[in-house]
Amino acid sequence: MAELRVETVERAVEKGNWQRFRESDFFYSFKRSPVAIVSFAVVCILVLSAVFAPLIAPTNPFDPASLNLMNGFTPPMEPNAFTGESFFMGTDDQGRDVFSTILYGMRISLFVGAAAVLFAMTLGIVLGLVSGYFGGWTETIIMRIADVQLTFPSILVAMLIFGIAKGFTPVEYRDQMAIWVLILAIGLSDWVQFARVVRGATLVEKRKEYVAAARLIGRSPWAIMVKHILPNALSPVLVIATISLALAIIAEATLSFLGVGAPPTQPSLGTLIRIGQGFLFSGEWWILFFPACTLLALALSVNLLGDWLRDALNPRLR
Amino acid sequence: MTGPVLSIRDLSVEIPTRAGVVKPVDGVSYDIGRGEILGVVGESGAGKSMAGNAVIGLLNPPAHISAGEIWLEGARIDPLQGEAMRRLRGKEIGMVFQDPLTSLNPLLKIGDQLTETILTHLPVSREEAERRAIAALDEVGIPGAAQRIDSYPHEFSGGMRQRVVIALALCAEPSLIIADEPTTALDVSVQAQIIALLRRLCRDRGTAVMLITHDMGVIAEAADRVAVMYAGRLAELGPVREVLTRPQHPYTDGLMASTPLASQARNRLHQIPGSMPRLTDLPDGCAFHPRCPLVQAQCRQNPHPNIGKGRAACWFPLIERAAE
Amino acid sequence: MLAFIIRRVGQSILVLLIVGLVAFSMFRFIGDPIDNMLGQERTMEDVERLRAQLGLDQPFPVQYFRFLEGAVQGNFGVSYRQGRPVAEIILERAPATLELALVSGIFAVVLGIALGVFTAIRRQGIGANVIMAASLIGVSLPTFLIGILLIYLFSVELGWLPSFGRGQTVMIGENWSTGFLTESGLKALILPAITLGLYQMTLIMRLVRSEMLEVLRQDYIRFARARGLKDRAVYFRHALKNTMVPVVTVIGLQIGSIIAFAIITETVFQWPGVGLLFINAIQFVDIPVMAAYLMLISVMFVGINLIVDILYVFIDPRLRVDRAGAH
Repeated sequence: MAELRVETVERAVEKGNWQRFRESDFFYSFKRSPVAIVSFAVVCILVLSAVFAPLIAPTNPFDPASLNLMNGFTPPMEPNAFTGESFFMGTDDQGRDVFSTILYGMRISLFVGAAAVLFAMTLGIVLGLVSGYFGGWTETIIMRIADVQLTFPSILVAMLIFGIAKGFTPVEYRDQMAIWVLILAIGLSDWVQFARVVRGATLVEKRKEYVAAARLIGRSPWAIMVKHILPNALSPVLVIATISLALAIIAEATLSFLGVGAPPTQPSLGTLIRIGQGFLFSGEWWILFFPACTLLALALSVNLLGDWLRDALNPRLR
Repeated sequence: MTGPVLSIRDLSVEIPTRAGVVKPVDGVSYDIGRGEILGVVGESGAGKSMAGNAVIGLLNPPAHISAGEIWLEGARIDPLQGEAMRRLRGKEIGMVFQDPLTSLNPLLKIGDQLTETILTHLPVSREEAERRAIAALDEVGIPGAAQRIDSYPHEFSGGMRQRVVIALALCAEPSLIIADEPTTALDVSVQAQIIALLRRLCRDRGTAVMLITHDMGVIAEAADRVAVMYAGRLAELGPVREVLTRPQHPYTDGLMASTPLASQARNRLHQIPGSMPRLTDLPDGCAFHPRCPLVQAQCRQNPHPNIGKGRAACWFPLIERAAE
Repeated sequence: MLAFIIRRVGQSILVLLIVGLVAFSMFRFIGDPIDNMLGQERTMEDVERLRAQLGLDQPFPVQYFRFLEGAVQGNFGVSYRQGRPVAEIILERAPATLELALVSGIFAVVLGIALGVFTAIRRQGIGANVIMAASLIGVSLPTFLIGILLIYLFSVELGWLPSFGRGQTVMIGENWSTGFLTESGLKALILPAITLGLYQMTLIMRLVRSEMLEVLRQDYIRFARARGLKDRAVYFRHALKNTMVPVVTVIGLQIGSIIAFAIITETVFQWPGVGLLFINAIQFVDIPVMAAYLMLISVMFVGINLIVDILYVFIDPRLRVDRAGAH
């Protein structure tokens, strides 16, 4: 019976999803918020240009054949003194087009950020469900670890994990593996929030009668957790995921800027800023300025989108 | 001075809202004499607390006094602003709030809260202020006042805390105390003690008390006179015995019938049909007419009457009907 | 009260033991310590001697215990990269980080509380709204970008302040080098201190503001006004003290964060402190330095948490009774 009812409801939800979405409060509040629209547009533009970087970028900055050292330090929008070539955002010391390196760098920043959040989210959801549903010593251990980890700033945890993981990686693979190590480090530093929220929702839901009913008809704990309990926690998880994405992008940039993240062979926005900082005093401001602005636009718009999402999905918090 | 301590004339309070201007207090007049307890009674939202806040100058903006006058000890106080009003608060007018649990600052010793009030208003030394603080606690019946002065609020029971609040309200010897639901948050047994305390202070010191409550029982116990409010307006005003035993306004009558204490003789509690209208959409005519069992055509059309021949603001007070 | 403190101290020690285990595991299992300490030219005797000397032939719990014993005595082994005792390197670098953290901590706390109170009291004012809008951007800016921005403005464009280093330092006693006593030392401190403190400042300000607004709605504030107390007394005696209860916790935790975030600021400004040391240690996988830094910063974080919890009890008299009553 319970299953039958659940399925009917699900079918009703599927019917005209797009229609329902357009009529929802959620979409309404989006239309009404200029901040949300602008930041959503900025995020879309940045993500799309990162995804299609190979098509958009005028040059491939990592193809040595396309580089001309003579083009080095060309200011933006001015023709180079030797080659006469002109670059939208100028070139760096090796004659790489700054605009192209930003597009490719953003790919890495976004990929690391998204993958890290996905990893943190998966880990957090599983641990949160398990500790909330089973309780007992499983819960005690998981939540104690979470408490201890929360005591430390996540950027510090990420650095430490990065350092340890780097230690375990054989020297010759370190640069190659850096991106994955980065994802692991940022992801592991950020699972606690997800776990807490999911655990909270699980504790509330598991007391309800429909869960007892599902248990009575013999559904497995995992089926109950995933099909019945998890959907109740999805909107806070979505909010945390968005805000975490902004934090993860900043964390990645910070680590790379500090030189303990993406290697110069695969520069992210943070790495580009690290490189650009070296030219601040010699007057080649554009090598630093454009990557910094891109990072700022990316982090700020994702952040604002997350703030708006939190308000829209949870009117009580306003 | 022989005149009333507090005199309110045609007082109106307005709150501009998106749905238009709301009048939580509308043309209310009453006096309180020396040593007198005036009970102000009505349902929540009837404007009784709002009137008290207007007197002490603590209306939350954008609420403001829009018309009328407030006189205290023969001086007009409603135009006073800022610093001048602040000097009056605590010094001339003391206030007691509903919940003694939340009206004391949890982090300050009660002695410190008393002395700071005394030192703010009276030109005395710190030692003298402390002596007076102990005397005030003693007066409100806190045993071992000299020792309890260093206690924090959480170390007192609810009733004792309300005594501390009362001590705070009168430690600078004001001529008027506004007690806003002072017994509502207390146990029934403690309520009687607090009422007895208010009565004693009133008698001994000659302080005037505005006792705001929704509880007819408290009014019957404590008040000398009673003002019944409905939807921001005064419904009936008179000596407590007469209003309680022979109400003239149909609303007061309904209120009495629905109070367990006064309706013991009747078989079952009476209910007034409907509920008080929201201030944003008051009916034309007398505000009570949609719920009045004795409503007539005039009540629906003509604005609410002032208190006329009898004690009640009613076109057809019960006294006339009884005579007919 | 005493039982509460004992329990909290017990918990803290447990956390430190776990962190110690992590640090020790790093030390023991990442690479081979012997390889790291001896170069290519070595004999079997050297290896065996060092193995025995380091206690690597002992069972794991014994090694862990010895490691802890050493750590408590300030013995964290020898840096792989510099070949000097880690404790010595850290001691040499600690004053730089502590002075920087102290100045930016004071900057963050004083300005944060002052601006928080100001924006709460003058909630509708133009000034308060401008500050709130600015703080929103401040929270989203990554620390290192703030640092670079300040360097660009005050060092590159205006040339007023140095962009890196500590300036001239003076030795106080044998171990403490201070930048407080020279003009160049003080000048060098300004930009890093602002960079490090700005984020914490905005955080404290926003927290103080929201807590203060919450407190100002309370009955006892109304009652304080009804007693005719002066605005100053209402805001600073009655409201601020109640605001401080939750704020102190956060400020305590922020002090820990300042030391941790010093890593970033020190890198931007090439400030010769412990944070820069840690970053270099990660870059070169200098495990003893990483382990020592982890241990030290954990002791600090756990210690601060403990102090904050105990402080809490002193600020709020209600907890003194409740907690003691629970036992």
